[in-house]
Amino acid sequence: MNPILVNNISKSYEKVVALKDVSFEVEKGELFGLIGPDGAGKTTLIRILTSLIIPDSGKASLSGNDVVKDFREIRKIVGYMPGRFSLYSDLTVLENLEFFAGVFGTTIEENHYLIKDIYHMLEPFKNRLAGKLSGGMKQKLALSCALIHKPEILLLDEPTTGVDAVSRKEFWVMLRKLKDEGITILVSTPYMDEASQCDRIALIDKGQILSINTPKGVVDLFPYKLLGVNTPNSFKLLKNLRSFPMCKGAFLFGQDIHFATDNKDLTCKELQESIINAGFENTTVKQIEPSVEDCFMQLMGNNE
Amino acid sequence: MRIILYIIQKEFLQIFRNKTMLPIIFMVPIVQLLILANAATFEMKNINLSVVDFDNSLRSREIIRRFDASPFYSIVPTEQSVEKAVELVHANKTDAVLIIPQNFEKDFDNSIQPRVQLLVNAINGTSAALTNAYTSSILISYSQNIMLEKIGTNIVKPSSISTQTSYWYNPELKYSHFMVPGILVILVTIIGMFLTALNLVREKEIGTIEQINVTPIKRYQFIIGKLIPFWIIAMFELGFGLLIGKLLFNIPINGSLLLLFSFAGIFLVVALGGGLLISSSSSSQQQVMFVAFFFMIIFILMSGIFTPTESMPNWAKTFNHINPLCYFMKVNRMILLKGARFSDVSDSFISISILAITILTFAIRRYRKTT
Repeated sequence: MNPILVNNISKSYEKVVALKDVSFEVEKGELFGLIGPDGAGKTTLIRILTSLIIPDSGKASLSGNDVVKDFREIRKIVGYMPGRFSLYSDLTVLENLEFFAGVFGTTIEENHYLIKDIYHMLEPFKNRLAGKLSGGMKQKLALSCALIHKPEILLLDEPTTGVDAVSRKEFWVMLRKLKDEGITILVSTPYMDEASQCDRIALIDKGQILSINTPKGVVDLFPYKLLGVNTPNSFKLLKNLRSFPMCKGAFLFGQDIHFATDNKDLTCKELQESIINAGFENTTVKQIEPSVEDCFMQLMGNNE
Repeated sequence: MRIILYIIQKEFLQIFRNKTMLPIIFMVPIVQLLILANAATFEMKNINLSVVDFDNSLRSREIIRRFDASPFYSIVPTEQSVEKAVELVHANKTDAVLIIPQNFEKDFDNSIQPRVQLLVNAINGTSAALTNAYTSSILISYSQNIMLEKIGTNIVKPSSISTQTSYWYNPELKYSHFMVPGILVILVTIIGMFLTALNLVREKEIGTIEQINVTPIKRYQFIIGKLIPFWIIAMFELGFGLLIGKLLFNIPINGSLLLLFSFAGIFLVVALGGGLLISSSSSSQQQVMFVAFFFMIIFILMSGIFTPTESMPNWAKTFNHINPLCYFMKVNRMILLKGARFSDVSDSFISISILAITILTFAIRRYRKTT
């Protein structure tokens, strides 16, 4: 049986639907990404899996333990890192680790091999109060505390939010190492560019899963031709492009507009001409490969 | 068991790392005892008395001299006018006005009952009653002297009942001996209850409870781990407060300290459990403060710290069956002042134990690991 099974989970807060019929499975030793914007329902889902909230309907189990009935068992096998820093900021790095090792009935030494790479980076600050650490260090400490009891499953809720680019990269390297130790990891993130780090991803929006696939699979399934348009007046052009009959979606990505079309024969030159005819000078068009974000935007559009 | 120890160790680390904690633990009892025991007193030390003497006779001046000679009175001059005296009462410059009418001495000598008028500022009923009592007793003793003078010393005195009063348990009628044990009760309750309640809700506020809730810590382990550190601090606080009471106010400690601390130990389970109950139903420190304050004020005022619970209306007496402070207030005074033994306070022991078990059960059940 797969370590994470989620079956038709739904959850509403009064009138707001947070999750609607969510189902997926995560295999052993897999690094599974839950990708979606703020408010998509990622945190609710993870909190249901940690047994902190009870779903309205549906079933979920971790290593065969039901998240509602067998919550005691679940708390022994799960390592959880909440989105908000939840360690004791008035305790030192070492004291936090010792405390969490203690309540799980283990010691730092016992599972040291699991956290040694991370702890190595924390070691110089071991007597510093956790509240005085930088964002990246706090995140490493939180991961160490979640790992201290050698969990079978690691649930990470937006671990890289609010952390600098270098620390984010380091963090993904650490996750891949943990995956190699055989730990099943479910990680949520609002950053689409982190999707490629995962074995498989689930795109989630408004409480519904849009697609589950490998990052490459998601991109390969992108049904349209994608053209990148660069123009000085991109806001105005965006409106115009959306009124083109062959347009299946146009979104602004930084300075460029990604233009999706179902007309596979449309060439860059043709599009460029139509744009210039519409009165936009200095416009260049080139063909581009779709990213996870393009897929997400397209799926989100279908969902509406 | 080991898990509870880890929680206790963690709590103590946090408590002593908190810079405001040690001053609270040591300064609060000193300041509260010093201020409250000295300031909250029913003894009348200084009555400002205005006398309007319309008689201006030998006897009226003798009466004024008696008041003047008493350490409790200061005479406030009135320029011999009632209006002026009333004005002084309005301005809070005098507490009472004694008006001696014309013909006062004449009435005395003619054996017509002489009359004086006493106007008392009764904004504070207690002090007004005391002022009246003190003033009357001076006037009565004066008139008895006159009577004896007139009857003459060679005649046998008419016999009257004389009272020999002896004040038990507080022979010098020191108000501080009554107040210090009472204040100690409040002090220990506030320290214990507020610290516990604020501590738990703080974990909610800063989100650390989220991490705790996914650990295998059981509810009872968490609650007990939270209670014990503050229980120890509150017990220490009681000992520290008693020491200050002994050193500064020389309060009597007639009963067994072991008995007192045993009772305090059970009482604190109630107070701290109540704190936990409040905080598990609240989501911010602000809420905890207001709710805790609400209950504290009711419990304190009804506990009998200032006024005897026996003279409260029946509904209040019924309420006091569930007022833990009422029991502790009574037991603390009985043990310290009266030297009560276990058999004298066993009823309170049973009641407080029932309260302790009830509230602890509620606190553990109320605390949920899911949100």
